Amino acid sequence: MKTICFYFQVHQPFRFRRYRFFDIGNDHYYYDDYTNESVMTKVASKCYIPANNLLLKMLKAHKGKFKVSFSISGLAIEQFQLYAPEVLDSFKELADTGMVEFLAETYSHSLVSLKDKDAFRSQVEAHSKLIEELFGKRPQVFRNTELIYSDLLGEMVADMGYKAMLTEGAKHILGWKSPNFLYCNAINPRLKVLLKNYKLSDDIAFRFGNKSWSEWPLTAPKFVDWLKKLDSREEVINLFMDYETFGEHQDKSTGIFEFLENIPIAAFKTKELSFSTPSEIAESLQPVAPVSVPHPISWADEERDLTAWLGNEMQEEAFNKLYALLPKIAQCNDPKLLKDWNFLQSSDHFYYMCTKFFSDGDVHAYFNPYETPYQAFINYMNVLSDFTIRLNAAVPKSGLDQEIANLTEVLNAKEEKIKKMEDEIQKLRKRRMSSKAPASGKSKAKAMNS
Amino acid sequence: MFGWEFPPHISGGLGTACYGLTRGLSHIPGVQVLFVVPKAHGDEDQSAIRLVGANQVPVKHRTLQLKHFSRTLDYIEVGSKLVPYMDPEEYWRHTVAENFKQLALLNTNTEGLVKFSGKYGADLLREIRDYALVANVIAQDYAFDLIHAHDWLTYPAGIAAKEATGKPLVVHVHATDFDRSGGSVNPAVFDIEKRGMDAADKVITVSNLTRKIVIEKYGINPEKVVTVYNAVEPYEASSEEAPKKGVNEKIVTFLGRITMQKGPEYFVEAARRVLKRMDNVRFVMAGSGDMMECMIRRCAQLKISDKFHFTGFLKGDDVFDMLRMSDLYVMPSVSEPFGISPLEAMQSNVPVLISHQSGVSEILTYAIKTNFWDVDAMADAIYGVLNYGGMSKMFVTHGKQEVDNLKWDNSALHVKQVYDKVLGSH
Repeated sequence: MKTICFYFQVHQPFRFRRYRFFDIGNDHYYYDDYTNESVMTKVASKCYIPANNLLLKMLKAHKGKFKVSFSISGLAIEQFQLYAPEVLDSFKELADTGMVEFLAETYSHSLVSLKDKDAFRSQVEAHSKLIEELFGKRPQVFRNTELIYSDLLGEMVADMGYKAMLTEGAKHILGWKSPNFLYCNAINPRLKVLLKNYKLSDDIAFRFGNKSWSEWPLTAPKFVDWLKKLDSREEVINLFMDYETFGEHQDKSTGIFEFLENIPIAAFKTKELSFSTPSEIAESLQPVAPVSVPHPISWADEERDLTAWLGNEMQEEAFNKLYALLPKIAQCNDPKLLKDWNFLQSSDHFYYMCTKFFSDGDVHAYFNPYETPYQAFINYMNVLSDFTIRLNAAVPKSGLDQEIANLTEVLNAKEEKIKKMEDEIQKLRKRRMSSKAPASGKSKAKAMNS
Repeated sequence: MFGWEFPPHISGGLGTACYGLTRGLSHIPGVQVLFVVPKAHGDEDQSAIRLVGANQVPVKHRTLQLKHFSRTLDYIEVGSKLVPYMDPEEYWRHTVAENFKQLALLNTNTEGLVKFSGKYGADLLREIRDYALVANVIAQDYAFDLIHAHDWLTYPAGIAAKEATGKPLVVHVHATDFDRSGGSVNPAVFDIEKRGMDAADKVITVSNLTRKIVIEKYGINPEKVVTVYNAVEPYEASSEEAPKKGVNEKIVTFLGRITMQKGPEYFVEAARRVLKRMDNVRFVMAGSGDMMECMIRRCAQLKISDKFHFTGFLKGDDVFDMLRMSDLYVMPSVSEPFGISPLEAMQSNVPVLISHQSGVSEILTYAIKTNFWDVDAMADAIYGVLNYGGMSKMFVTHGKQEVDNLKWDNSALHVKQVYDKVLGSH
């Protein structure tokens, strides 16, 4: 008996308007409301609403046997509230069936996990709180932005109290091993790790409607047949993908909705397949082995690494300059600034600056408001400059004060150390003097030497 | 006079110089200018166009009544795709792009692709030849005493007019291919330039720097080459209030095409050095060009992108807004025959830092000058101007006076002297 784990990612960033140098310091509104609203309403009508309706129908029809899970970023939720509240209502309806699990992630769909532990923790906490508020249940399983994962990140997440984490079943990590088992973190084995079966996931997410693909057309019975043919000892098939796959990346006309609808029907026919949510899997299955991921992986591009967001100088620069503001942000409590801070962090901004056109250009061009990565970078840095000016104004001087305080502390510590050392020197001197004073001392030393 | 551009459509220093000089000449009694320009974009009034010659090039004659001109100007537009600052490669790209646009309509893509391959450079040279043919016809239709051609694209036209009429030819060198290419000269362009200078009775260069290049690299007789400096249009202070500067920091500006000739990389390196010493400053690189992406990456590498901004190509008022926001204007050109833009900055009360490798540095006293490659000196100077108020103040007040004395009327008088000499000996 194998179980299928569906997880869908829902995220929309707040895209920036063209923010010119002349705007810095003069205009503090960064967002392209028109684009944001039109993208959101378009995706809502093509994907979120019809897909949610379909899922609701399926969940009810299969009476508790069909299950799915979602991760919805905080920014997407804010956009639903602004532009498409009906989508949020339909997600709540899904939640009410009890067959849907909502996962935790960073509120801003950010890359903060790579930079700062405390900020990461607080962003995840903010997101979990929001999800609990909306859907009534606190998330127990964590998925990081873009499925970014490493041993250390996993340990951090375990410390934060989550029992499992999702990531990519990257080939260079697994080698000969199969993603179709439950694994655990290499440092803290109490954290279970679910690995995406990228071949089967991408068959749906990327190749489904591609008529030049040798397996086209893909039907639900055919797909289920593939699952059946997997090694009989394998336990779980993790199908992780963007929710926008349904109706947006794969148009309705490709038959993607019918495909989704027929998957559980075909699966139950085999009597060998079931559906589970990530937390059920983490509880019911035994991890077969720890998975060792010393360097961060993600689910993006051919390389499955971070180069889609942090692959060139521009991305590094923007990323480092952004998180250099963290200490000031910690002292800031202006809600407007904190809101902008959330919006500034979403990984999409870095994705737009990616210069790896050749291998995965199509995916990168998706919803990209910029003509070139350079433009994306310039615009981002202009926005960041204005934000920095505002932040510096809002956290007046305290930086300097703080620094002085820190320095005095360091000075005090050093003085103490010097005092200690002086005492020690004196002690040593005394001892030497006392050992020199008696004449017998010398002969004793000589005797010892010989 | 075979020249370039007239207001309001001005794209760079060359058009500005032609316009200013023509205006200056119009104030000299006894000088009447017939101005011939290529006009690329076909948006002109079609009704007034008549076809000239066998080559079917549309030509339009207008009489312009211009402000600040003492009399009307005969102005001839020739339907040609020539644009200043083009080299054959760029021109090829330009035409290909244009033709692709047409192709999209005609839907004959496979054929068209074949059609354009291998035509590198040829089209521009044909366009220049066509222009020369028209020049020949115009020369026969109008009466004049002397031919004056600006920059290499019009030299063949000047030569053709000279051949048609036997009138003396003056060529005006605003730039050579050595400036534009940084040494890797295009032989076809060099050939045209050299032939123009050889055929000319006098060569006017915009600076001694250029004069030296003309003499040394093109082998022109020094006695034939005269330097006449450019000038600058008096600045009409606009009534609008200055744009609000959004930042408290000082602003240092580079304004121009981001190409090798302008030395943008030295500006970036100097900026980095300054940013190591002080924090309350921002650098702006305004303009576009083939080195822009490279510069953006360099800034990211140096981790100064939060203080170094790119605006892209600035249009119209944005240029003046940018200047008025600036605390220092930097022109680190590697090879700049003259360079009018620092003069415009000085008129806007902005101190300027220019390279010794620019023609304008020969006539300016109240400008900071460094070698383009000496980024440490440049950084020193930038730091000094920004931090020592007195220095900046001195440059602004004296610089303004200095630049106000640079008048096109004076340049025009010099040109007139050249004319007199040529006509006297002819």
